[in-house]
Amino acid sequence: MVRDDFLFEYLLRLGDNTLILGHRVSEWCGHAPVLEEDIALANTALDMIGQTQMWLGLAAEVEGKGRNADALAFTRDVWDFRNLLLVEMPNGDFGQTLMRQFLFDAFHSILLGRLMTSSDTRIAGIAAKASKEVSYHLERSAETVVGLGDGTEQSHERMQAALDYLWPYVGEAFIGDTVDAEMVAAGIAPDPASLRAEFDEIVTRVFAEATLKLPESRFAHKGGKTGNFHTEHLGHLISTLQWLQRAYPGCTW
Amino acid sequence: MSNEWPLWEVFIRGQHGLSHRHVGSLHAPDADMAIKNARDVYTRRNEGVSIWVVEARHIAATAPGDKGPLFEPSESKVYRHPTFFDIPDEVGHM
Repeated sequence: MVRDDFLFEYLLRLGDNTLILGHRVSEWCGHAPVLEEDIALANTALDMIGQTQMWLGLAAEVEGKGRNADALAFTRDVWDFRNLLLVEMPNGDFGQTLMRQFLFDAFHSILLGRLMTSSDTRIAGIAAKASKEVSYHLERSAETVVGLGDGTEQSHERMQAALDYLWPYVGEAFIGDTVDAEMVAAGIAPDPASLRAEFDEIVTRVFAEATLKLPESRFAHKGGKTGNFHTEHLGHLISTLQWLQRAYPGCTW
Repeated sequence: MSNEWPLWEVFIRGQHGLSHRHVGSLHAPDADMAIKNARDVYTRRNEGVSIWVVEARHIAATAPGDKGPLFEPSESKVYRHPTFFDIPDEVGHM
């Protein structure tokens, strides 16, 4: 048996990744370069918010303090968030958004595949449902990365710049800590480091097709999933996400 | 405009057994993306089980101006409708 506080922490990581990236992607709604991409991004954002409801819903249940998914999403402070730094990075241009999406989708799809065989059937169930959505996200973001990377001179340059900018935020996803070790011991979740080979295989293949150069450095910024050190971008996002519940606590409509 | 993506016509099959129906059009750089865009634009409320896309320029169509010679001659040929047969009662509803 794993201790509830470790499981709660692990579920927050899953739910906060999708909450923060879902919110980031939703920022494009009404602003994407073409109608088709606008709707596709909104669909992706909604998928991730749906996944958030399941992960944070389960987290609240495990915590057992009478909170629910909404309370976790809208009333925690910035230092309580456990998402990877990668997902809080700003949207930048359309290329940077899609590069961030691809890097996360590749990691996310591998993780969910492993979580489908979790010893915790609640986690396995959520992973099975989410993984169908995420397979499509990955297909779409990978194809767009290839299209823009191997596109015009300008689109290629922007995609390479996006990759160079975001790459130092990728490594964090594969660094384990005590919480991960507890999950591995209980058969609940995989060791993050064990996902790296498959991830490298996907990104190497896609970047080769996209004519993009994978940065050599493996330097990784960290602190997001442990909550020790978020970037300055997260607080701004949270204030937009939470202002209504903060201004009108408990408000419903 | 040469830097616009081509236009694609989208056909969705709503349920198994039904034929694909034209539901609208969209822009996409290639067929794969056209199918993905169609999935995102036209099937987000569970409307479909199959998608066809075809680049609009590949569809040959009749010209509105030709509708006189093309379609009006059949207006006065009611005998082409199979409504002049006496159906025996035993056949029931057809």
